[in-house]
Amino acid sequence: MLSPVILVPAILNGLLTGAVYGLIALGLTLIYGVLHIINFAHGALLTAAMFAAFFAHRWLGLDPYLAAIVLTPLFFALGYCLQRFVIGPAAHGEDRNILLVTLGLAVVIENALLYAFGADTRTLNLDYAFNVVDLGIAFLALPRVIGFGVVLVVALVLWLILSLTDTGKAIRAVAKEKLGAELSGIDVGHIYAVTFGLGTACLAIAACLLIPTYYVNPHIGNAFVLIAFTIVVLGGMGSVTGALVGGLFIGVVESLCGLYLGESLGQIGIFVMFILVLLFRPSGLLGERA
Amino acid sequence: MRGPSIAHIVLVIAMLATVPLLTASSVVLNFLIVALLIALVGQGWNVLGGYGGQYSFGHAAFFGTGAYVTAILQMRYGINAWPAFALGIAGGALVGAAIGALTFRSGLKGSYFALVTLAFAEVLRWLVAVRENEDAAKAVGVDTVRVKLVAMTISAAITAAGGGFYVQYFLYIDSGIAYGPWISIEALLAPIVGGIGTVFGPLIGAVVVKTLGELTKLITGDAPGLDLVIYGGVLVLIVAFAPHGITSLLAALRIRFARLRPSASEGTHV
Repeated sequence: MLSPVILVPAILNGLLTGAVYGLIALGLTLIYGVLHIINFAHGALLTAAMFAAFFAHRWLGLDPYLAAIVLTPLFFALGYCLQRFVIGPAAHGEDRNILLVTLGLAVVIENALLYAFGADTRTLNLDYAFNVVDLGIAFLALPRVIGFGVVLVVALVLWLILSLTDTGKAIRAVAKEKLGAELSGIDVGHIYAVTFGLGTACLAIAACLLIPTYYVNPHIGNAFVLIAFTIVVLGGMGSVTGALVGGLFIGVVESLCGLYLGESLGQIGIFVMFILVLLFRPSGLLGERA
Repeated sequence: MRGPSIAHIVLVIAMLATVPLLTASSVVLNFLIVALLIALVGQGWNVLGGYGGQYSFGHAAFFGTGAYVTAILQMRYGINAWPAFALGIAGGALVGAAIGALTFRSGLKGSYFALVTLAFAEVLRWLVAVRENEDAAKAVGVDTVRVKLVAMTISAAITAAGGGFYVQYFLYIDSGIAYGPWISIEALLAPIVGGIGTVFGPLIGAVVVKTLGELTKLITGDAPGLDLVIYGGVLVLIVAFAPHGITSLLAALRIRFARLRPSASEGTHV
């Protein structure tokens, strides 16, 4: 067995990575909870957001953390329009069609990025990217610590939006009882689009948190989104707390698997766990109903 | 669902069989072979998606298994191509039956089914990629659960046949081709474009999609990604405007013509 000197930093780093996974999963689970669809375009939209954050720095000299302030409303609008003008009308209200339309969108976005920017992997060189925070028992990369803090703030803001604002209350009403909400005068099409927008906005923030320490290429979103699927299923589809807790948990699992089994096996570990959970506990470890 | 008669099917096969007699153009033949390969894989998806009602996003799992079993048996064990091909199909069917038994017993359907099939295909891709250490590119020198399970197994077997055929024709396979998302997407695109749950849907869909892909390449050169952008766009447009595919559009047109004709003949009688 490994000593605490190696184990503690691995767990802490897993938690930091897991927080960003949790944010990506939060967007996915929010959309699932309200629209009851799995958004297969989630990964491609994350890739698009990472490219946006990358070029905001490369072309405009915008720091990723500042870019988040611009990109978050932009991606909210993008998500809103996608649901309102493409996914909603194209799906004719059938779940299967929504699956196919979001899959089609994913293929279009991903390959349009491939066509525009090529398959190259790109990284940003930021002077603070290698700064560390010394905790005494572990050194933690500064951008990841910032990421962890931002995710907590975003989760709090989202919780406040959902519980205090009128739109937030309408979102929860539609999630719980669509027909009743519709009868009481809530514009369900608008609420669906707002929810999709919020889920997409989460991706813009996640992208800006990832880009200082990560690389970007046209397929990068897939790796993250399969992890996000795992988290969402694990935490219970549609559960916001489940997404965050699941994210932290998966982050630690991945970190420890990487430590004991090596990088590539660590990733298989996540897929295998994903399949096992889907097969034996599709309602999730924290899910309320089957 | 009303299908075409056996005579129709035989007629189409006979027509396709005469093509190599009429032309020796490698461009034409290559195009048709790839289109028919996609039609075959699409027909496999169609058995489950169209007749079984479950949309798989991971048919690469069966295609890849068919391809790898055929290739490995031939290369490593020197087994003749035909028995290797048959065993490749059996291998794909076995993987299909195993995944089907697990998912249907757990009652997974809809979004969950799409997700779990996708995950299985990804796991197989990772496993093969790790085992073959990425540069494994190889040239091959030379009750309702039960009904769904049967559909899944047949579907997997047909798709595995596509994989086995792919290796025989292209003499090359790697983990990205065998288990990659491209084949899962082509497998569902052909029947959806042509018409889900119809006999000729996957064939018509494959020809249309491949024609679009080739035209794109002709116009833009071999730009990576652009053909897939078009495929994704076609998928969205078909779901939005022709959710029953091209065959239903054709059927609607035929009905309209059939309505016009008798009214015209009545006109002459009066």
